[in-house]
Amino acid sequence: MVALRVWLSDPSPSSRGQARLGQFWLGWLRLRRNPLAVSGLAIVGALLVIAAFAPVLAPHDPLAQDLSRRLLPPFTPGNLLGTDDFGRDILSRIITGSRITLYIVGLVAVTAPFLGLLVGTVAGYFGGWTDAVLMRITDIFLAFPRLILALALVAVLGPGIENAVLAIAVTAWPPYARVARAETLTVRNSDYIAAVRLQGAGVPRIILGHVVPTCLPSVIIRVTLDMAGVILIAAGLGFLGLGVQPPLPEWGLMISSGRKYLFEQWWVSTMPGLAIFIVSLGFNLLGDGLRDVLDPKSAPK
Amino acid sequence: MSLIEIENLTVTFRSNGQTVRAVEGVSLKVRAQESYGLVGESGSGKSTILRAICGLAPISGGVIRLGGKTIPTPRGRDFARLVQMVFQDPYASLHPRHTIDRTLSEPLAIHGIPDSDTRVMRALDDVGLPRSFRFRYPHQLSGGQRQRVAIARALMLEPGILLLDEPTSALDASVQAEVLNLLNRLRVERGLTFLMVSHDLAVIDHMCDRVLVMQNGRAVEELAREELAGAKMTTAYARSLFDASADRMLGDVEGPHA
Amino acid sequence: MSLLSVKNLRVTFQTETGPVEAVRGVSFSLGRERLGIVGESGSGKTMTGRALLRLIRPPGKIEADEMIFDGQDLMAASERQMRALRGRRIAMVMQDPKFSLNPVMTVGAQLTEGLRQRDRLGRDDARKRALTALDAVQIRDPERVMAAYPHELSGGMGQRVMIAMMLIPEPDLLIADEPTSALDVTVQAEVLSILDALVRDRGMGLIFISHDLRLVARFCDRVMVMYKGRVVEELAAADLMAAQHPYTRGLLNCLPRIGGPRGPLPGLDRTGDWAE
Repeated sequence: MVALRVWLSDPSPSSRGQARLGQFWLGWLRLRRNPLAVSGLAIVGALLVIAAFAPVLAPHDPLAQDLSRRLLPPFTPGNLLGTDDFGRDILSRIITGSRITLYIVGLVAVTAPFLGLLVGTVAGYFGGWTDAVLMRITDIFLAFPRLILALALVAVLGPGIENAVLAIAVTAWPPYARVARAETLTVRNSDYIAAVRLQGAGVPRIILGHVVPTCLPSVIIRVTLDMAGVILIAAGLGFLGLGVQPPLPEWGLMISSGRKYLFEQWWVSTMPGLAIFIVSLGFNLLGDGLRDVLDPKSAPK
Repeated sequence: MSLIEIENLTVTFRSNGQTVRAVEGVSLKVRAQESYGLVGESGSGKSTILRAICGLAPISGGVIRLGGKTIPTPRGRDFARLVQMVFQDPYASLHPRHTIDRTLSEPLAIHGIPDSDTRVMRALDDVGLPRSFRFRYPHQLSGGQRQRVAIARALMLEPGILLLDEPTSALDASVQAEVLNLLNRLRVERGLTFLMVSHDLAVIDHMCDRVLVMQNGRAVEELAREELAGAKMTTAYARSLFDASADRMLGDVEGPHA
Repeated sequence: MSLLSVKNLRVTFQTETGPVEAVRGVSFSLGRERLGIVGESGSGKTMTGRALLRLIRPPGKIEADEMIFDGQDLMAASERQMRALRGRRIAMVMQDPKFSLNPVMTVGAQLTEGLRQRDRLGRDDARKRALTALDAVQIRDPERVMAAYPHELSGGMGQRVMIAMMLIPEPDLLIADEPTSALDVTVQAEVLSILDALVRDRGMGLIFISHDLRLVARFCDRVMVMYKGRVVEELAAADLMAAQHPYTRGLLNCLPRIGGPRGPLPGLDRTGDWAE
């Protein structure tokens, strides 16, 4: 362990890999000093672990119905968080539902920022007509409220988890394009870009190798902060019955189906609601903490 | 034969409806293996001339010739093997997320030059940096060390002409001395031609054979080194620049020795 | 009569890789004279200036055995007392007016702000004082400058406005942190002569922080050379050419000079004990 730490903090790394890992190590040390960020990381980490081991962790089958055990309150022996209107164990459904949440969040996280980065960097680097056209397209997407646009898309494409992901991704990319474009504009005239142009580099190399790495921290921070929003939109779609379909234990869907029992059997909706709250909070805290770590202004000169 | 010929160069910037003539009708000739200086205060257009040569500033009039041939627009890959530039701010001229190795091997990768490992190590040796710095990031280096990397990068493609935009003005005095010494040594070793910009008359005097004084985008006076040192300038502006550098004279308090 | 007395000043920053000492035991005293603090980057000279005004925020920490300004203990003073001192009795002029003047306020608003908030002057009185101050720094059309924004002014003009702003409350001590380093060479001389006249006429104490040893020697009475947070040598400006310490000599000799020899410039030998 100590040897690893020494290797990571070596001021003169002897390979590209060691240099990069060393930077991650320093970033981790910085993140660790922020207790809120660490709790965010812990929550996200817990989500990952629970999703990975869901079948093992869930005490009951999330889809097994037992109508003799309907609507039992929390702390009933055998059902820590109670049961829903079909007698299914809520805890098991939440645990299994974490996989769905992670699936949606993960897919959106790899598609939307990617598209946004591409559009934003190209628009920012070329300027002129390219910039104008691309940004107007971005503006059109931004003009729609996210949930409405997602709803419209799902209504056209039909319900289902993949369509929900597609709908969310389509509405999520514009802010990344904006962020990427803003960073590109700042960076475009800097000396190191001028230097590599002077070396005869082509545009793809400049954008992919030089501009994108500079935009990446802002985009990463944006992604983590956006995750909370993505979860809520997925929950919203599920609530309206347009995303994930029953009997899959998606958290939004669980809240929706518990609506009828909100006043007396509050736990049916509230437990999944709490899960959404905690995970969203975790992503938000992590995003804030990452911003402090990745913000170039706080990096040593 | 002049290696660099600039004839009547005019550079005009247009932004927000305003037109700024950064350079107006400047002509100069630099011989092969000569070190030529451009000196002036801020707004004199001296850095803009370097950028115009590189294609980083729009030329609205005049001609630039290298080795007798007009430079092509766009500059093209061959241009990169002829002319390179060292920028002023060592904190801004290296990509903050690339290791030194990546920064130095990139020009080789762009031009398909093999043996990048050996060449990178040799480049580090040439500029006096330890090989252990190879995988460091710029923020782990001091200003002087970064500028050495910038010089090494400029020399990776083995150009004959080096454009230097105030290469030491952001550095401490002692580090400046080291970098200037390095530049001089490299120039002699590799037979380079320098076109160097500075606001500091003493640096120009130390490094250059001839100097062009500029003000507000125009050329004011061209001086050979002996004329500069002997205070034999003919224009009032050049003289005011000289007088303002009073504390840079040899002999300090007593004034310049003849 | 000592205006400022500092003994064993230490400034430390806590970073994730351990504590970093920016200033390591600096001591000096200052009367109504001019002291130049010279050093390269990382020498701690700017931190020393800021520590005097207690302008260093956590994670920076200021410690000193003694830091007394005109009988008042600066280390023991509360934040409120420091606020009363800053600007009114100790003023600071910084390097680049682009960054030290508020870009969204007109010059006039900035000049009169202190007078109206702190001294509770009426609008016309404050305006008159501001115009007088601009006149004192030889700005020929003060009315136009009052209405202008900082980005509309040239570097030299901006710096003169900064000086005017700092001298309106008539402080006893002025700390100038590289006041001319961002200016063109010909403008530097002008600004320095204005500063010279003002300091002399008002009998202020001046701490002039710079990286330029020769400039400081021309302008100040005494010079203090710093390296890596410590004072390496302290001497009268007139005795500069006879400096003993290898770092000072190195600094003097490493600059290129007009008419000087073309051989390699002497570098700095950092192998002595003092370089720790």
